[in-house]
Amino acid sequence: MKERLFYLLFLSSILIALTCLLILLIDVVLDGYSYLSWDFLTNYASRKAENSGILAPLAGTLWLVILTAFCTIPLGVSTALYLEEFAGTNILSKIIKINISNLAGVPSIIYGLLGLAFFTYFIGLGKSIIAGALTMTLLVLPIVIISAQEAIRTVQPSLKEAAYALGATKWEVSKKIILPHSIGGIMSGIILAMSRAVGETAPILIISSLVFITTVPSSPLDRFTVLPLQIYTWASFPKDEFRAIASAGIIVLLIILITMNSLAIYIRWKNQTDNY
Amino acid sequence: MMQKRNIKRRKTEEIFVVNLLKLSGLVSIGTTIGIIFILGSQSIPFFGTVSLKEFFTGLNWTPLFVPQEFGVMPLINGTFMVAIIAALVALIFGLGSAFFLSEYASRKVRSYVKPLLEILAGIPTVVYGYFALTFVTPIIQYIAPETIIFNALSAGIVMGIMIIPMVSTLSEDAMSAVPRSLREAAYSLGAKKYQVALRIVFPSAISGIVASFILSISRAIGETMIVSLAAGGKPALTLNPLEAIQTITAYIVTVSQGETPQGSIEYQSIFAVGLLLFVLTLIMNLIGRWVVYKYAQEFE
Repeated sequence: MKERLFYLLFLSSILIALTCLLILLIDVVLDGYSYLSWDFLTNYASRKAENSGILAPLAGTLWLVILTAFCTIPLGVSTALYLEEFAGTNILSKIIKINISNLAGVPSIIYGLLGLAFFTYFIGLGKSIIAGALTMTLLVLPIVIISAQEAIRTVQPSLKEAAYALGATKWEVSKKIILPHSIGGIMSGIILAMSRAVGETAPILIISSLVFITTVPSSPLDRFTVLPLQIYTWASFPKDEFRAIASAGIIVLLIILITMNSLAIYIRWKNQTDNY
Repeated sequence: MMQKRNIKRRKTEEIFVVNLLKLSGLVSIGTTIGIIFILGSQSIPFFGTVSLKEFFTGLNWTPLFVPQEFGVMPLINGTFMVAIIAALVALIFGLGSAFFLSEYASRKVRSYVKPLLEILAGIPTVVYGYFALTFVTPIIQYIAPETIIFNALSAGIVMGIMIIPMVSTLSEDAMSAVPRSLREAAYSLGAKKYQVALRIVFPSAISGIVASFILSISRAIGETMIVSLAAGGKPALTLNPLEAIQTITAYIVTVSQGETPQGSIEYQSIFAVGLLLFVLTLIMNLIGRWVVYKYAQEFE
């Protein structure tokens, strides 16, 4: 009797959590689907809810992700390579490792403050896309480093040792053996990090403020807004129509994130089946 | 001759690359130093104007009104009220999920349920904020009609749902670290499954569970978008979760929404409360990590 009771108690806590997920998705879709249209994707934000669209934030998100990827990939992969293959167990690598796990626990809004004071004002980049992308790079760097480290660790030692036996240097082994064999895991980590960058709101809000933008940014030094920030703006208006287009924006955001995550899972899966 | 030059070139390349890689490793250290330096240096002028005593003992936080007062207690009060509601929700459901996954579920069920649960952690926080404001708040208002639209309870509950996977994963890790022999011993004495779960696994994994609670509070303290959308913008010293409050993060957002001139006291104040936020989360993360480290040694 009691056995059954506790089983049901534990089962129901996980079911409640999953039901919340389901309700959330249904709620968003029901609120927003009627506002989804081609015009919604190609219009700019407007004072009227029914004319509003997400072209500017979509373009801003695209700019941000591309620039962030451009900065994050070389930095993240090099750091992971250094920690796994070159550093050994010296003090520097220990400090870097502890430091990375600490950085992963820093609230994202703190990165926003760092970006505002350093990139926006000290370097003088202003409230631009590049200031946002550099801030986002620092934010997602730990994710890329940790997943690249894991991918690099899965490369079979026999492959590396065969190359070393032929007289290859560490860099040659890294370039010709390790990177090609771990590229799948590294790629999927990068995509996951970029999907984090797409969904982050707080740091971008700190750097960019709430701006009303009705142009597609044409250079990295332009001002910008991103999709989650536009959703935040609309959701905080006290009018029901604006909340409805906020949920239409959420649907688009979730579709983008689901696509990116599925791609990451597919790459990892393909890579695993290719290796065996 | 040819060969010698080739070896030399390869060696130079090797040294060049090692230093380049090392340099990129230093970026992450630079980030930490940057955070501490920026938060510190921007806070110094703030604490030149506002004394530490006024900051920590004042009971009013009104930097955007006249008269300006800078007592941070209402922000700390709001921050911890939401965080504790969130951590309790996450603990109750996360712990139940962990018991189910670790003690009852088959490997196959686990492999389906865990990724589903992880989706909760991957949804952007602004979406949770929308959900709190437009779905959970109306339900709370239906049950308690005097509740105003912005309240700490709604934000706390939804934030708790978001953190369930974190508590569940950390607690499950702690539970599966409990040696099988302890369970077998209890079963051989005739214990039932729930008795093993509650009297053997739970006490043995308690430090890991405590750690997951501390880390979830830390995560909740730093959460921004849910509280900005659903918990309101009114700093208040209250213990009533049905009232509007303001958290540290929501205050930073409120100031950042407008174009606050650099160097003004409002601009400096977001770095001062940011420093406080950074220190709070750092301390809780260190405690949490230390507790995890301790329990990892217990069964060795």
